[in-house]
Amino acid sequence: MSQRREMEEFLKQVESFVNEMKRSMGLPLVFDQKTGAAMWYDQRELRLRFTISIERIRKFFEGLTQGKILATRCKETGTIYFPPQVDCPDAPNSEVEWIELPREGTLLTFTVINVKPFSFSHYEDYVVGVGKLENGVNVLAWVRGDPRKLRRGMKVRLEVVKREPEGYLTYEWVPLEESSREG
Amino acid sequence: MARNVAIVGTGIAKYGVRNDVNIAELAWEAIKEALAEAGVEGKDIDLIVVGNAGGWSSEYLPGIVIAEYSGLSGKPIYRVEAACATGSAAIKAARDAIASGEADIALVVGVEKMNESPTPIVVEMIGRAGNYFWEFENFGLTFPGYYALYATAYMSEYGATEEDLCMVAVKNHYYASFNPKAHFPRRISVEQCMQSRYVAWPVKLLDSSPISDGAAAVVLASEDVAKKLTDSPVWIEAIGAASDTSNLSKRPDFLVHRASLWAAERAFKKAGIPRESSFKYFDFANVHDAFTIAEVLAYEALGFAKWGEGYKLIREEQTYKGGLIPVNLDGGLKAKGHPIGATGVGMAVEHVRQLQGRVEKERQADIKVGRSLAHNVGGTGHYAYVTIYSLSKPRNA
Repeated sequence: MSQRREMEEFLKQVESFVNEMKRSMGLPLVFDQKTGAAMWYDQRELRLRFTISIERIRKFFEGLTQGKILATRCKETGTIYFPPQVDCPDAPNSEVEWIELPREGTLLTFTVINVKPFSFSHYEDYVVGVGKLENGVNVLAWVRGDPRKLRRGMKVRLEVVKREPEGYLTYEWVPLEESSREG
Repeated sequence: MARNVAIVGTGIAKYGVRNDVNIAELAWEAIKEALAEAGVEGKDIDLIVVGNAGGWSSEYLPGIVIAEYSGLSGKPIYRVEAACATGSAAIKAARDAIASGEADIALVVGVEKMNESPTPIVVEMIGRAGNYFWEFENFGLTFPGYYALYATAYMSEYGATEEDLCMVAVKNHYYASFNPKAHFPRRISVEQCMQSRYVAWPVKLLDSSPISDGAAAVVLASEDVAKKLTDSPVWIEAIGAASDTSNLSKRPDFLVHRASLWAAERAFKKAGIPRESSFKYFDFANVHDAFTIAEVLAYEALGFAKWGEGYKLIREEQTYKGGLIPVNLDGGLKAKGHPIGATGVGMAVEHVRQLQGRVEKERQADIKVGRSLAHNVGGTGHYAYVTIYSLSKPRNA
């Protein structure tokens, strides 16, 4: 059972208990399973989904639609920004230019997310890693494939992918060499 | 010239799943104890600083709810946030207000009620604590996941093992077993830790601090007031604070906890302590063991071990009582619990009582130097606070 299903099942049970309490005594009460402490089951639910401006870094997302992964570079200091930002704090009057990132790099570190956040609980376990690109820029993303074959320092390549089941563009690391953790 | 600031009263509520109390009742447990210990009443308080991260709990303005419940409405009050270092930030805010002459007596309350939300929601909220848009939205990192990035790099680079990390958990649970206020006052074995399930490989459940409810409070006073209130004030000798990038990807190598290093350097400079031999200057320390790897990284950043050798310190049991420097004698975040906003304040309570020689004897440090170090990290090294507590009045303030 996915972690999403587990959570939904759990909440369903709690809610049916609370409904029973409301029917029998008129109060939405639940009780701590260990101590019996009484708790009020909140009758108001808050749903959060943010709407976040990407207007000034729209080029990055347009880049993804063309299979490109873009960063910004400060015209005055040469600093490369990834995630892209359009302001140069070290040269406040300078502008940035958009550049395409090199794709190949080395894996610095990685983890497997076994216990997932609620909004990721419909996925199988996924691997998150940080790779260092040839120009020294680090990128954090999911890493494709079997985590047992990954090791720090291995070659990886950044690719634009469509994230399913949501169906939107993002980027992902793909290992370039076969290697076991023993090797 | 800044004024000296002392802690004159401490209070701490039992950490754990506290479904028996609401946030104000929980905070009051700690406030009541701290006021009584200080020998002051609510009317004597000039300023209240509340440390609470929140989000998972129902009250959006916990400070004023707690103040009303505690009979403190009307007083100047604000809430501070520095993720898991919120409590230390709250202490610093109150310390600064007294040092500057703005207040004579301040109450710091750290409180968190994390279990008002289901675990997957809390996992999500802590996972969002970093850079939400670039590292959570697409990649769903979790708090153990962020620290696992450090653990993977560290173990691969230096040859530390998962068993080494589990030894940190074993030590902290051992000392928690003597601390009745701890979330998990019981021992565990390396085998139990090794057999616990992965939450974010290579970090296991028993490498991780729990989702805790808890509260702690301290009363801070200026030198003049402290002298009238107590014969045994514990002074805040120095605080060093620092921050690091919100995006983990902007960190260079995942081997060094940079914010901890910078905060330590700042605190040590103020106290005139060389980082490389800092352990000689303290009777004990608390370090931020949200995960076992975090304790090992802290050993190195704080100067208890050379770079890449922190794991040897726990392997050789040098951070137990009698070793190089005892660490987390209260059980640490790992076993005492980690009610986010309360954690740093809970450390302060522990340090005062340790320095005054009044904790349970099995976990009481030998107090020879009369000085201790509390290290409190926010997020994954996003914030760091190093606070030095002392029985001797600071010379140079």
